[in-house]
Amino acid sequence: MSLFNLRLSEVHDRLHHRDLSVQELVEASVARISETDTKIGAFLTLNEEGALAQAKDMDASGAAERGLLYGLPAGVKDNIVTEGLRTTCASQFLSNYDPIYDATVVEKLKAAQSVTIGKLNMDEFAMGGSNENSSFQLTRNPWDTDRVPGGSSGGSAASVAAGQVYFSLGSDTGGSIRQPAAYCGIVGLKPTYGLVSRYGLVAFASSLDQIGPLTKNVEDSAYVLQAIAGHDKRDTTSANVEIPDYTAALTGDIKGLRIGVAKEYLGEGIDPQVKERVMEALKTFESLGAVWEEVSLPHTDYAIATYYLLASSEASSNLARFDGVRYGVRAEDPANLLDLYKKSRSEGFGPEVKRRIMLGTYALSSGYYDAYYKKAQQVRTLIKRDFDQAFERFDLIVGPTAPTTAFRIGEQVGDPLTMYLNDICTIPVSLAGVPAISVPCGLADGLPVGLQIIGKPFDESTVLRAAHAFEGMTEFHKLRPAL
Amino acid sequence: MSIAAKDVEHVANLARLTLTDDEKEQFTGQLNAILKYAEKLNELDTAGVEPTSHVLPLSNVMREDAPKASLPIEKVLRNAPEAEDDQFKVPAVLE
Repeated sequence: MSLFNLRLSEVHDRLHHRDLSVQELVEASVARISETDTKIGAFLTLNEEGALAQAKDMDASGAAERGLLYGLPAGVKDNIVTEGLRTTCASQFLSNYDPIYDATVVEKLKAAQSVTIGKLNMDEFAMGGSNENSSFQLTRNPWDTDRVPGGSSGGSAASVAAGQVYFSLGSDTGGSIRQPAAYCGIVGLKPTYGLVSRYGLVAFASSLDQIGPLTKNVEDSAYVLQAIAGHDKRDTTSANVEIPDYTAALTGDIKGLRIGVAKEYLGEGIDPQVKERVMEALKTFESLGAVWEEVSLPHTDYAIATYYLLASSEASSNLARFDGVRYGVRAEDPANLLDLYKKSRSEGFGPEVKRRIMLGTYALSSGYYDAYYKKAQQVRTLIKRDFDQAFERFDLIVGPTAPTTAFRIGEQVGDPLTMYLNDICTIPVSLAGVPAISVPCGLADGLPVGLQIIGKPFDESTVLRAAHAFEGMTEFHKLRPAL
Repeated sequence: MSIAAKDVEHVANLARLTLTDDEKEQFTGQLNAILKYAEKLNELDTAGVEPTSHVLPLSNVMREDAPKASLPIEKVLRNAPEAEDDQFKVPAVLE
């Protein structure tokens, strides 16, 4: 059995009894990457030397005090800054960028004693739903290498699914952790907005971006969340809330839990097999003593338009800092300062990034602000109210993570609007800022289907408890792609 | 509301981008499609609905107004495309 199929608690047990060393874990990770990454293309930067040196130190010191993630090889999405380890956001613009500090989550991973193996591919600046927008390479879905791994944390999801790392970190703006987790058959958690610090995450849409874990099972997800959650005074959007013991929430008991099934997430455009897997999952919840009934989130149909106006507007503002002056790539022979900005940005950004900057600049420009940006913010209020009202009656809301399974590479590249519509089930959750997890709930034509479990703000414990109970009754999370 | 190639050019200028003719044509079509789709928001009556810019109540983080050490200059300039005399170097603004 691969070391990376073990649960975190089992790995720690073997480390504790010295049946396993950190060096062996890191070597297994490096060997697996070298064996599979020519097919998958998940890694942009490898930290092999640093990771092995760290592993040897950890084994030699034989620390009695062991962190939550002691010895575990991890991958980090390439929009999370890592001191001394190149961070590119999969953009030509930052192809030479070596951060001078660690993101808070990276500091926390270090404190929890995991080992960072490298940086993972993504859609450029996290803009995309397929991982086809990377400036550098295509990442492929380990289940079918002709298909996308999902986006924008596609590298983070593919690397875990391929058994290259024990866990990874991704970022989710409109579904970018949950959707690739669903396509790759693993567990992806988007925490409540504000629970995990965004300090050191290269901002795409600041009011939506949230870092979270991608893991093989729910228990591991709870461990990683425990390690990275918490207030950070360096991030003004960090929530100052008490962090519960997430692993203690994994009791297996969900008797009496009230589940609302979002009817808009099971309507037109949802693959019948995906719907079937979700309905089967509800039977599993029923068998565990939970009760469910249909609930309506009536403004779902307006979420995608709302999201693309708001996220693009925030992106156009956030990406104004990329001007070729302080960092990144500078265009050669500019005629003057304005030309330097324009040339550097035009050469450095790819088409999806330019498209969103253009859309955002237009939506924020004089004369259109009220019609687009303000209107979208008002509709965001209505979408958030849908969730508030549903959570008056239910503990959780459940639906599919994505309307279909992973699509073929190149299938939707020329049609951005169709690509955007893939995010219909994840975007409303992001706009409302609530937590949600995607767990594997079966296969459709041999490809993984994700079940999305959505919770009340800062109630990750209930989300994890339900996901863990579901996992305890099924074997889907143990399915691995043949590579 | 539809946008023409000259609007795309104007927005590109505001966004500090230079577009090729192909890009202008492509973006004109794509942005029109996206904006047309976005007009479905007008089906909703939002009179009196407060806009949500952020799901969390935000407040400024204040600290004592006391001098602190800055980042070391070599770190600040480490990623600079061009630097001189401990400063970022850019083309002349005034001729």
